[in-house]
Amino acid sequence: MFLTMEHLNKTYPGGKVAVEDFNLEIEKGEFVCFIGTSGSGKTTTMRMINRMLSQTSGTIKLNGEDISQIDPVKLRRQIGYVIQNIGLMPHMTIRDNITLVPRLLKWSQDKMNERAKEMIKLVELPEDYLDRYPSQLSGGQQQRIGVVRALAANQDLVLMDEPFGALDPITREALQDLVKDLQERLGKTFVFVTHDMDEALKLSTRIVVMDGGDIIQVDTPDGILRHPANEFVENLIGKDRLIQARPSITTVGQVMLKNPIATTPGKSLTVALRQMHDKRVDSLLVTDEAGILKGVIGIEDVDYNFNSATSVGDIMKRDIFYVQSSSLIRDTVERILKRGLKNIPVVDENHRLVGIVTRATLVDIVYDALWGDEDEDEASNNIHHGEDDAPAEGGEQ
Amino acid sequence: MITFLQNYGGQLLLKTWQHLYISAFSLFLGVIVAVPIGILLTRAKPIANTVMAIASMLQTIPAMALLALMIPFFGIGAIPAIVALFIYSLLPILRNTYLGMKDVEPALIDAAKGMGLTNWQSIIKVEVPMAAPVIMAGIRLSATYVIAWAALASYIGAGGLGDFIFNGLNLYRTDLILGGSIPVIILALIVDWLLGKLEAAVTPKTTQS
Ligand SMILES: Nc1ncnc2c1ncn2[C@@H]1O[C@H](COP(=O)(O)OP(=O)(O)O)[C@@H](O)[C@H]1O
Ligand SMILES: [Mg+2]
Repeated sequence: MFLTMEHLNKTYPGGKVAVEDFNLEIEKGEFVCFIGTSGSGKTTTMRMINRMLSQTSGTIKLNGEDISQIDPVKLRRQIGYVIQNIGLMPHMTIRDNITLVPRLLKWSQDKMNERAKEMIKLVELPEDYLDRYPSQLSGGQQQRIGVVRALAANQDLVLMDEPFGALDPITREALQDLVKDLQERLGKTFVFVTHDMDEALKLSTRIVVMDGGDIIQVDTPDGILRHPANEFVENLIGKDRLIQARPSITTVGQVMLKNPIATTPGKSLTVALRQMHDKRVDSLLVTDEAGILKGVIGIEDVDYNFNSATSVGDIMKRDIFYVQSSSLIRDTVERILKRGLKNIPVVDENHRLVGIVTRATLVDIVYDALWGDEDEDEASNNIHHGEDDAPAEGGEQ
Repeated sequence: MITFLQNYGGQLLLKTWQHLYISAFSLFLGVIVAVPIGILLTRAKPIANTVMAIASMLQTIPAMALLALMIPFFGIGAIPAIVALFIYSLLPILRNTYLGMKDVEPALIDAAKGMGLTNWQSIIKVEVPMAAPVIMAGIRLSATYVIAWAALASYIGAGGLGDFIFNGLNLYRTDLILGGSIPVIILALIVDWLLGKLEAAVTPKTTQS
């Protein structure tokens, strides 16, 4: 394990318990976000990793080595550190800022110059910026330098404490892309403190939700969205985001209508026609005795073949579009909508018919995901329920 | 004016040199004592207020009394004068050094420490350069005080331009009073101007030239 935190506790002088029994294992190459309300202990936890704070009890191991046994100055030189206030030295050029730690490590001048060029290229700034001073760069450019400065001495682990909090949304997004790229391309490990759920969802391989010094939940972004551990996490994610995330976490099985109207291949056309009439639908799904989906017949097929064919099996369409009940709405919605189908049969992993999804249901989900549901009350009267009810009343099966 | 220079030109040069020498020596001592103490105080904040209070108290002793107090310890001459002026120079330098260091943005010090600078490296590479203008302002202020009060040093036999002034006062000779005080003023202005240049030089660059 790359970084292990075991039974960490931190009580500040004066008795404030900031972190309580914190346990976490981080693998190399992970992007772990600590998220939580202000005062939940994120910064405190992070600062114990580079010994800017010492824990009251518990152990932290980096590459299996207890960091309390490592000289703190040496430890910090191998861990990147980026804070919200940027922390570039205003009296040093960009070059000197970037090579600050390499200089402490006594790299040769050539190697430092080369590294400075490499780093400025990495953040896509012109090379002559190396001789400028921080005040001559925009806030976003400065923080780009802050990010690569944390990597200039080949640090494998980078700690970031709300590094982009003060930036405007567009710059922030560009920097998020930068750090995500550094993690994915260079295999750097990030521990990243934020209070912005969008940021955490976008960047993390795992999210650590904290409250009052405790870990509430540790999971992937998908896992957090799919199964928020409690109301606190739900609120942190926010109702809008949960709705927006619905297509990516909801399965077809969760939204389908159960007990679809179906017949079997052996039935006569007369029986099938009566069933359509009774249920007021214009098509029937066809399954075998075991419930396996075989095909579909429509009222027009019955009408056209009524005199020549005798059983449903003779005239049913075998080549039909269906979806798996376990597949995600996100992955199927486009295919379904593009085909213009009104209803789609849903099968389980054994190809047994288990339900149908209606186009109206999908419209609802897409609508909510795109618009949120702030205006649900008005909108639902006009659009949602009108369509929702259609298959139940008349149907076209 | 011309006659004054003809009569006292040689003496004037000598006294000015003495004056400058006493002032510079006291100020030099003040800087090498007060700057390091001011820096150390930022690492020992609990005692900072006590030390600052003592320095302020020394500052309130009337200059004449302080000079007189030196006599039992150091006799008369340049040395007691230098010691007394040194004590006077301490407070402005000490206070500005401490405040200048304390006002360095905590985020910078945090970033420096977090990147792996030792305490000493943080002081030398980050805090002192950032505090340099404030420290220099303290030194300039002390320099002006010291040059002005060095005129009193003549009282305990240290020489300097004060000799003209005291003689003038005793003999009711305006030309001697002016001949002593005008050079003191000019000296103070020149030194302040020079230290101003130095201040600009030590103020770290934050933009390209
Ligand atoms: N130096 C300190 N002394 C005492 N209490 C502190 C100190 N630093 C932080 N705290 C307290 O510890 C708790 C956790 O703080 P912190 O880790 O900064 O939270 P977060 O980064 O999640 O906002 C807060 O209640 C805060 O007030
Ligand atoms: Mg914090």
